[in-house]
Amino acid sequence: MIEAMIYALPFLGQGFLVTLAVSGLVVAGSLVLGLVLGTALAFGPVWLGLPIRAFADTARAIPLIVLIFTVYYGLPALGVNLSPFWAAVAALTLFKTGHVIEIVRGAITSIAAGQMEAAKAIGLSFVDRLRYVIFPQAVRRFLPPWINSVTDSVKGSALVSLVGVVDLMMAIQQVIGRTYQPMPLYLLGAIIYIAVNASLSVTSRRLEARFARVVAS
Amino acid sequence: MDYHFNFTIVWRHAWRLWWGLGLSLQIALASLAMGMVIGVVLAVAYTDGRRITRMLIAGYVEFIRNTPLLLLVYLVFYGIPSVGGFAYDATTSFIVTLGFYAGAQLVEVFRAGLDAVPPGVVDAGRAIGLTPLRNLFHVRLPTAFRVSLPALSNAYVSLFKDTALGSVIAVPELTHGAQWINFNTFRILEIYALLTPIYLVTGWIILAALRLLERRFAIVRPQ
Repeated sequence: MIEAMIYALPFLGQGFLVTLAVSGLVVAGSLVLGLVLGTALAFGPVWLGLPIRAFADTARAIPLIVLIFTVYYGLPALGVNLSPFWAAVAALTLFKTGHVIEIVRGAITSIAAGQMEAAKAIGLSFVDRLRYVIFPQAVRRFLPPWINSVTDSVKGSALVSLVGVVDLMMAIQQVIGRTYQPMPLYLLGAIIYIAVNASLSVTSRRLEARFARVVAS
Repeated sequence: MDYHFNFTIVWRHAWRLWWGLGLSLQIALASLAMGMVIGVVLAVAYTDGRRITRMLIAGYVEFIRNTPLLLLVYLVFYGIPSVGGFAYDATTSFIVTLGFYAGAQLVEVFRAGLDAVPPGVVDAGRAIGLTPLRNLFHVRLPTAFRVSLPALSNAYVSLFKDTALGSVIAVPELTHGAQWINFNTFRILEIYALLTPIYLVTGWIILAALRLLERRFAIVRPQ
């Protein structure tokens, strides 16, 4: 069991990097899109909010694997040819953006309306109100659920193996294809994913504790 | 865009979608039932158990929560039979996987539910002479169950979405049906233009139906 795991390790490095790259790109892309769209949803007019709400609800309501297949198989039919890697990253980012929009909106609307009014009363512009008053307070509510959603991105990135991207999951499958020993390899894969996600969870718990202290004081 | 939509071929095979939708809903229901049994038993064991029990249960929950579902699906379908010397069909294996997956989430749900039972209610049960076991079955669990109902509805919808992963081990559920049509007719956009709304609308309908059920069982009923 252990020998099979040690034998496999060198073959998994490349795939592990791809998993990290996919997760990193998805997290960064969805953070930027989600912040913009989530803020627009919280403060924007109805005609802007409705399509954002529809997008966020749709992205969260369909299975991720269906979204990946739709982008991967659907875009070429429309004349857009993306490599499997970028198609998968695009699909995962769309999915994750839906979640980040919800988290951002939740964090912003949890700040009492009086804060916004007070900031308005002392004459801050809209951008300054967000920058100096709303965001610094909202970030405490935003971080813990967001880091949980980063864990989800790492887990979700395993699905890119289904469209032929050689990530950690696919690298594991390839080694199994040579050694015909599925069990040690899948357990090794689980250990690696758990190591990455557990360190993220620990970070999240630390941040939660830190911000809880700030709020309490 | 010079893509010409043509649904006629897709309609000819559409039975695979309806059939798959039925199977998806059943898989979600079966795994929810299994997950609820695991969840209730482990939540009681966690709440009333000793430290070693708690650590084992926490280990199970963390293992499932931090591993991609895709890996778990492969692990149960290819991994376990390879060392166990037995085999089971894809659908059974997938239901078991989703059951353990749901179990890990529902432990947390029922644990929160058990914690939400007011101590006074438990004391009242003890005061009228219920044994700890009867107190559990007649007082704590029914109350915890009602508190947990909204989370259970969400778990069902989320499991319904997760059944899409069954397609990777050829469980003939909804997504697998769609892929079959995709690969055999090449009407790519048509099939995904159908599949997405099917998931969306079914999700909405079950959630709306379950919200009605929740209201029926709510502890404080709106007048």
